[in-house]
Amino acid sequence: MATESTNTTGKSGMGRMIFFALIAIALVLFALGVADDYEGGLAIHPMDQFIVTPLFGDGPVHWYTPTNVTLWMALGVLSILALMVLGTRGRAVIPSRSQSIAELAYGFVRKMVEDVAGKDALPFFPYIFTLFLFIVSANFLGLIPGSFTTTSHIAVTAVLAMAVFLTVTIVGFVKNGAGFLSLFWVSSAPLALRPILAIIEVISYFVRPVSHSIRLAGNLMAGHAVLKVFAGFAGVMGVAGIAPIVGIMAIYGLEVLVSFIQAYVFTILTCVYLKDALHPHH
Amino acid sequence: MAEDAEHSVADAAHGAADAAHGAADAAHSAGPGMPQLDIATFPNQIFWLVVTLVVIWLILDKIALPRIASVLAERQGTLTNDLAAAEDLKRQAAEAEKAYEQALADARAEAHRIADETRAEIQAGLAEATARADEQIAAKTAESEARIAEIQASAAQSVEEVARDVTAEIVSAIAPGQSVDADAVNAAVTARMRG
Repeated sequence: MATESTNTTGKSGMGRMIFFALIAIALVLFALGVADDYEGGLAIHPMDQFIVTPLFGDGPVHWYTPTNVTLWMALGVLSILALMVLGTRGRAVIPSRSQSIAELAYGFVRKMVEDVAGKDALPFFPYIFTLFLFIVSANFLGLIPGSFTTTSHIAVTAVLAMAVFLTVTIVGFVKNGAGFLSLFWVSSAPLALRPILAIIEVISYFVRPVSHSIRLAGNLMAGHAVLKVFAGFAGVMGVAGIAPIVGIMAIYGLEVLVSFIQAYVFTILTCVYLKDALHPHH
Repeated sequence: MAEDAEHSVADAAHGAADAAHGAADAAHSAGPGMPQLDIATFPNQIFWLVVTLVVIWLILDKIALPRIASVLAERQGTLTNDLAAAEDLKRQAAEAEKAYEQALADARAEAHRIADETRAEIQAGLAEATARADEQIAAKTAESEARIAEIQASAAQSVEEVARDVTAEIVSAIAPGQSVDADAVNAAVTARMRG
């Protein structure tokens, strides 16, 4: 993705070859996975793909142990590095393809921050862009057959959501002082209703990080587990296994969409929460 | 008794630890349950997540974002400059067209002027030639008229002479031997000619 800088036909021919090679690798890994699952009976382990294992040896997982989490997060960092740094190394006024994608991502998130949270939220743009790129790269890397999806783990998404929650709360109090509490005091409602609404608002405020994190992890986990279940069916159904394989293809397409949409949703919700912190008055 | 109680508490703790371990093992060895809820792996995930986020943030904040921002600003600048240059060229083209139109109009006016001048010159020459010809014609006419008058006068005189001679002859023929009074004949002829 980073090496494509010109628009010649030779390059696109090579890109196509790489594409087919990736598909071939995916098919082989898929076949291996199916063979692995196939133990003479209906033995589907859809959750095995989420197990955190050490990369080297078989010891316990300490906090510092390099695990498959480490590997796939590092691959995410590398792909971000390839797109955002190597891809833009030309600094061309007329961008190459990779530079276009990097600029597109930049413009997409920047416009989102500016439109949703306002101009004064732009200092938070690098932070929000970091979240977006991390989630998007983790989601898409997770679509590679046999890979590990870091964002399907509640521990990961909860940290992301709590970081947003704490940032928003701290920023809200630092910028507005006690005025931030007016976020919970719906001044447009009748006076009698306001205390009740305030309780609801406070509860919904504290539920935010929960829904924020579970939405992302839940979507990815469910999609990947369903893929695995279908793969298990394909393994035991013999020739009729073509039906679940077609199903896998359809769900895979859906998962590609979900991967992007969940990253988008997480980012835009972050912007919405940030807007509440910067402009708490209803 | 107290020792027993202590023992049982320790056993219970041990049992609980074993159970926890068993659960963790189950999660590890593909048993039922969600690996997502295996709390033993949380510190690992959180640690590597924080490392990852910090690295991504550093890459973006220190390298990628300033670079992309400068590229976008440069592109904006180039666009603005190009648009201004295009505007300038357009203005120049309009000016050139105006100058061309002006030159065309000037040339047309000059051609008109030259044509008018030439026409006037020719007109003047023509008038002059016509006047000269008229003059010559008038002179010729006057001359001719003078000669005609002269010829007429001489003819009249001749006629008178002839008439006088003829009269004298007639008189002498009618009355032979009688002398012809020349003065009387003249007077009679002249009177007849007048009458």
